[in-house]
Amino acid sequence: VISFASLYAAPPALLAHAPVLLVAGPLIGAAAAALAPGSRWAWMISVAASIFAVWMALGVTGEVARLGVVDYFVGGFAPPAGIALRIDGLGATMALLISFIGAAVALYSGHSLKAEVRDRKHTLFQAGFLLCLAGLLGLVSTGDAFNAFVFLEISSIGTYALVALGERRDRRALPAAFNYLIMGTIGATFFVIGVGFMYAATGTLNMADMAVRLAPLGDSRAVQAGFAFVFVGLGLKAAMFPLHGWLPGAYGYGPSAITAFLSATATKAAIYLMARFAFTIFQPDEAFVHGLLAWVLAPLAGAAAVICSLQAAFANDVRRILAFSSVAQVGYILLGLALGTIGGVSAGLLHLLSHALMKGALFMAVGAATLAVNARTLSDFAGAARDAPWTVAAFTMAAASLMGVPLTFGFLSKWRLIEAALAQEQAWVVAVIAVSSLLALIYVSRMFEAMFLRAPAQGAPRVKEAPIGVLAPLLVLSGLCIWFGIDASLPETLADAGARALFGAQR
Amino acid sequence: MSFLATHFNYVAVVVLLMSGLYIVFSSGNLIRRMIGLAIFQTSTGLFYITLAKVYGGTAAIIVEPGSETAQRLAAAVDPGYLAQHGVGGVVYSNPLPHVLILTAIVVGVATLAVGLAIAVRVREAYGTIEAEEIAEIDSQITPAREAER
Repeated sequence: VISFASLYAAPPALLAHAPVLLVAGPLIGAAAAALAPGSRWAWMISVAASIFAVWMALGVTGEVARLGVVDYFVGGFAPPAGIALRIDGLGATMALLISFIGAAVALYSGHSLKAEVRDRKHTLFQAGFLLCLAGLLGLVSTGDAFNAFVFLEISSIGTYALVALGERRDRRALPAAFNYLIMGTIGATFFVIGVGFMYAATGTLNMADMAVRLAPLGDSRAVQAGFAFVFVGLGLKAAMFPLHGWLPGAYGYGPSAITAFLSATATKAAIYLMARFAFTIFQPDEAFVHGLLAWVLAPLAGAAAVICSLQAAFANDVRRILAFSSVAQVGYILLGLALGTIGGVSAGLLHLLSHALMKGALFMAVGAATLAVNARTLSDFAGAARDAPWTVAAFTMAAASLMGVPLTFGFLSKWRLIEAALAQEQAWVVAVIAVSSLLALIYVSRMFEAMFLRAPAQGAPRVKEAPIGVLAPLLVLSGLCIWFGIDASLPETLADAGARALFGAQR
Repeated sequence: MSFLATHFNYVAVVVLLMSGLYIVFSSGNLIRRMIGLAIFQTSTGLFYITLAKVYGGTAAIIVEPGSETAQRLAAAVDPGYLAQHGVGGVVYSNPLPHVLILTAIVVGVATLAVGLAIAVRVREAYGTIEAEEIAEIDSQITPAREAER
């Protein structure tokens, strides 16, 4: 992380307010994009705002590397009365990931929108996208539990509308978005109820303050119930098995730019918050937290990795295959967290980063291949390797990482998970990862078979190569899947810094 | 039983929560599901507000100590209780949860608006807002579309 500090050169006046500008930039951009005169303007605002967010995230990361934790009092009001933003190693890692994926998706959306969303909705699409970006960035930078709920809902409300915009291609996006809205709102409300219980027990909403006051309250039934509510609510948002029912529809029918963005960031932000509650606000060695991690989270995560990979292996719609695979991969990440050790959490975070990159790239690639034709099922992609070689090359790199081929980022993060599990003598985790990887081999090779080996049906609409504006962000993401597999020093530093920050409060 | 009687406000919260959730899951009509969701969300508001209520407390607007209003409010509560919980001779309710719920209400209204807007679009696209009928339409059309290719 230290190396970022030297990368970054912003005026100190900006740097001092970087934590809040990180959120405010996209938020102001959202308003500007909604008022923009045309779709081109809105797109430029979206790109500018998301690149600004990357810049600010880099600045914050540099500060975190220097100081350990960056505290920012919004409006100058100190906590507990005021709302504080508090970015530590984990928050900085997440902010970097989210803003980077956001910038890639913003670039990508320029062309993909033309094919997928009605023209007069483009400005509103960009506004919704920036709202969602601002919400997610706020979520990972806030130090206040209720504020986290507000940011969670800012991002979610944007997301519901964005998924519904997929209706131009497939009207099934509408019921999918509605379903997502219902499940997401129930999840958020559970979260609020849980925070309410904790507030009732501690009288504070500031996360750091809450952690201190909760420490002697471990036996309180209200606190335990609050944790359970928060856990279930965030489980719904993170698509934790078996609360993932909304995900295949929302990812399957939403516009591809949004699917790529959500799969890479939205569920990850919910996982971030879950980790924040389990490890920083509560302590993992507390009996009920440990019990929940070991006896609820771990089995569910393991079940997700196997069952949803199996569903992916039987699905026929390419986007649904990838969506089910997302639920399975969320299972991997949660397995890492459920180990409850610094090594396990670090491995989980590394897989979080690798999955964000590869699933973002995969959904972008599928979207890029289908700009010209509305291809959905495996047979629609027959012969794609010949018709769209660059797109399929990017798809192949990311899919190799998804399978866990050696020398890819996906292999490395799975390997770290296995190492962390063996250190805890949890051999069943290794078995789960092995079975799930085998199933991943099946569903990925089904997609490869269609793209590389099958000849397209006579007279069927053919997949076309995507323009450079779409290919560039896609190739960057999938290139990183390979690059980080060879030289993983950057993501490993970030994941380690994140895990250490999570456990910092107690050790 | 007396526990329930003294905690009737929490009972009301739980009943509202559960009925809202039940409506969301039992109903196939999209508008009814939104109504259930709104009840579910609003009941958390009641939960927070009920947490904030301090017995004998007035609205959290600072009353001039020693003024006529302050004396009237002080007279309404037990002096020992006042000494323990009062600030400047007046007992106030906790304002923070009220503010939080103001925010949560705004979030809830926005969610409701987006949900209803999507329901309108569903109606335009499918001609119905019954979840079962929508699923049936989708299941009929999908195989036909696949066969076309």
